[in-house]
Amino acid sequence: MTFRIGPRTSQIIFYVILLTMTAIVVIVLFFIIFYVLRNGVDQLTLEFLSDKTREMGKEGGILPSILGTLFITVVATVIATPLGVGSAVYLVEYTRAGPIRRIISFGADCLAGVPSIIFGLFGFIFFVISMNLGWSILSGGLTLAVMILPTIIRTSEEAIKSVPHTYREISYSLGGGKLDTILRVVIPTALPGILTGVILGIGRAVGETAAVIFTAGSSLGLPTSIFSSTRTLAVHFYILAREGISMPKAYGTAAVLIIIILAINFIAYRLMHRFIARYY
Amino acid sequence: MSKISIKRLSLYYDSCQALKDISLDVESGEILAVIGPANSGKSSLLRALNRLYEIDRASIEGDIRLDNESIFRLPINVLRRRIGIIFATPVVLPGSIRKNISYGPRLHRKLSKSDVDELVERALKSANLWDEVKERLAESASFLSGGQQQRLCIARTLAMRPEVIMMDEPCSGLDPISTAKIEATMLELKKEYTFILVTNNTKQAARVSDRTAFFYLGELIEIGSTQRLFTSPVDRRTDDYIRGKFG
Amino acid sequence: MKDKIAEKLLLFIALSAIISLMLITFFIFQQGIPLIFKAGLGNFLSLKWAPTRGGFGILSMVVGSLMVTAGALAVGIPFGLAAAIFLAEFSSKAIQKTLKPIIELLAGIPSVVYGFIGIVILVPFIRETFGGPGFSVLAASIILGIMILPTIVSISYDALLAVPNTYREGSYAVGATKWQTVVLLLLPAARSGIVAGIILGMGRAIGETMAVIMIAGNALKIPGSILDSVRTLTSTIALELGYAAGDHRGALFACGSILFLIIIVLNIIAIRITSRK
Ligand SMILES: Nc1ncnc2c1ncn2[C@@H]1O[C@H](COP(=O)(O)OP(=O)(O)OP(=O)(O)O)[C@@H](O)[C@H]1O
Ligand SMILES: [Mg+2]
Repeated sequence: MTFRIGPRTSQIIFYVILLTMTAIVVIVLFFIIFYVLRNGVDQLTLEFLSDKTREMGKEGGILPSILGTLFITVVATVIATPLGVGSAVYLVEYTRAGPIRRIISFGADCLAGVPSIIFGLFGFIFFVISMNLGWSILSGGLTLAVMILPTIIRTSEEAIKSVPHTYREISYSLGGGKLDTILRVVIPTALPGILTGVILGIGRAVGETAAVIFTAGSSLGLPTSIFSSTRTLAVHFYILAREGISMPKAYGTAAVLIIIILAINFIAYRLMHRFIARYY
Repeated sequence: MSKISIKRLSLYYDSCQALKDISLDVESGEILAVIGPANSGKSSLLRALNRLYEIDRASIEGDIRLDNESIFRLPINVLRRRIGIIFATPVVLPGSIRKNISYGPRLHRKLSKSDVDELVERALKSANLWDEVKERLAESASFLSGGQQQRLCIARTLAMRPEVIMMDEPCSGLDPISTAKIEATMLELKKEYTFILVTNNTKQAARVSDRTAFFYLGELIEIGSTQRLFTSPVDRRTDDYIRGKFG
Repeated sequence: MKDKIAEKLLLFIALSAIISLMLITFFIFQQGIPLIFKAGLGNFLSLKWAPTRGGFGILSMVVGSLMVTAGALAVGIPFGLAAAIFLAEFSSKAIQKTLKPIIELLAGIPSVVYGFIGIVILVPFIRETFGGPGFSVLAASIILGIMILPTIVSISYDALLAVPNTYREGSYAVGATKWQTVVLLLLPAARSGIVAGIILGMGRAIGETMAVIMIAGNALKIPGSILDSVRTLTSTIALELGYAAGDHRGALFACGSILFLIIIVLNIIAIRITSRK
């Protein structure tokens, strides 16, 4: 007995397969988030967040890592934002299709694809050793700055491109120069989009491990200056989990990380939407 | 001496010539209407006068003089302050009404808060918009109606105290009442400013202008007093156009 | 005048990305290449990795990297493409608007969290179901496959959306069903974008470090089955950089150079493909 599948049936089968696979992807994502949060929220006491880390993380809280993450991220953002936004402004406002634009774009695209362990190696040999900055907040921040640069460039570039051309025309027709126009019209208008890029960059920096563990080290002391070695949340979590120091503390740290990442993505998403609603 | 004097002006975009050997004068204190079918080069003419064509990467031949001085010798920001332009679609910049109006003046000098207050009020009054918006100067300009936005654009240009105001089909998207308000504004301001009005609406040209120039495919076909041009045009094409035979 | 200075300054800033890339290339190669010459190609491509005793063979790690990457693609491509097709062709605007950011959120989750989920859920599951240590090629492939999903989905999705609607209409007009249209027309038309997405995903997988260290077991031999432990180039670097010195460190940078070379080649291919249009 032969059995032929009609076009309608095959259509339905096809649809169901796609739907199931997509559903699996979404379920996996929610499962990861849910699982980490469910096992970690019990740990999230004020004490856990504000206490020093004791006995390698078996006891105490995660204050040093919270501060370390904060400082490194601030350094990275403060350095990468002007470079990224400046690059984007130059790409959109000063170049036309041609070799210069191609080179700059190529640099950003390639850098975006470089894996974090390579940034780790580079930061280690360049910032930590050659520039003699040691394992420090500064070395880690500089390394992460290079890493998040392409994210900021690309997102800002899109935002600046979407500023209506007529705005620039108005500014010129009122006697504004190019720089006036960029500073007073283009950047303020593109600001939500630019901020989205910066926030996404911050998200990448906060979650990063391989690039910071070899540049900022893993010291558990409270950072005292930009030259202190420090241990970020992601690194702390990695060490807790991999060395099996304390599962409850590992879940707690993971929950903090996930909450920060969710908040960052949510803010970026909202900003982007406000921006899109306004200009598309 | 004419306010603006254009000598043998040609303008080229990458591939096409948009203006062909135009010579014409604009007299101080007049309203000169520029009419013509689509693609006749009307907008290009305005963009040549304040050198806005430069951002389109167009190129130019011939000379344009403002008060007998070549505009190519003037610093570009000075030129654009002296010759203002209003576009067909009103474009308000993001930000408040107040910010929109003070944008131009702020580019050129430091202004105290009271300077800005004064300048905003004067510009809005001249543009016949003050009464409608005086309560909400700090609100976003994008909530104004289309007609109000266009008058805001006029106020924004007036705030720079230009000498010449060019308008490119300023009423094309507006209702008759808003149009009437803008025309009234022009007639009031005529004492202090010189106007060049590009319009698709021959009736509007007839209502407000002193002289009219007819452009066709980049050429200046005919120019003369509005009354004469509309009653007894010399050229066939002018006649056809004002009788509406061009579609 | 002000404008001229600003332009020069901005040009300088704009070169920061390419300058960084050049610095990275220079330092990685400068630290790694001499060791390859010193050890000799025969030693470098051998199986013996004992860097403190003159053994610099990276073969098992290269094979390990390739295996987990192939595994990741085997997981990531079908699911990634399915989700992209579902989103682009079978979803309403509202569903697209909800699902796209959700899938992009997958990219935001730190790799250590993926590794952790691998340790606490996937590894025990594999150990109990299939036997073996659990820390394995299979575990690494599944986790990496999930990690590269967002890259594959979002680039393939954009490529599918970029196919003009007239194609679809033309196909329906001759009586094709939706899925015939997808398979026979849209996938071929969006091919280059999809391939670029896969290549970038491949770069992600081959370069991923922390998650792999946590779940691959890291044994220094070529795995005999997908249930065996495996060690990649990236894990070797991360596991040993902390204490390596002298030639050992050079050898780790040599691993980095090989990895970097692979990544740059993949990137250039992907950039070529996407910018051809
Ligand atoms: N930025 C540009 N680049 C290339 N060509 C242009 C550009 N702007 C205008 N042109 C061309 O120049 C010619 C004159 O255009 P222009 O806009 O001056 O006409 P117009 O009389 O203002 O027409 P309309 O009544 O439609 O506004 C047209 O052929 C047009 O295609
Ligand atoms: Mg026009």
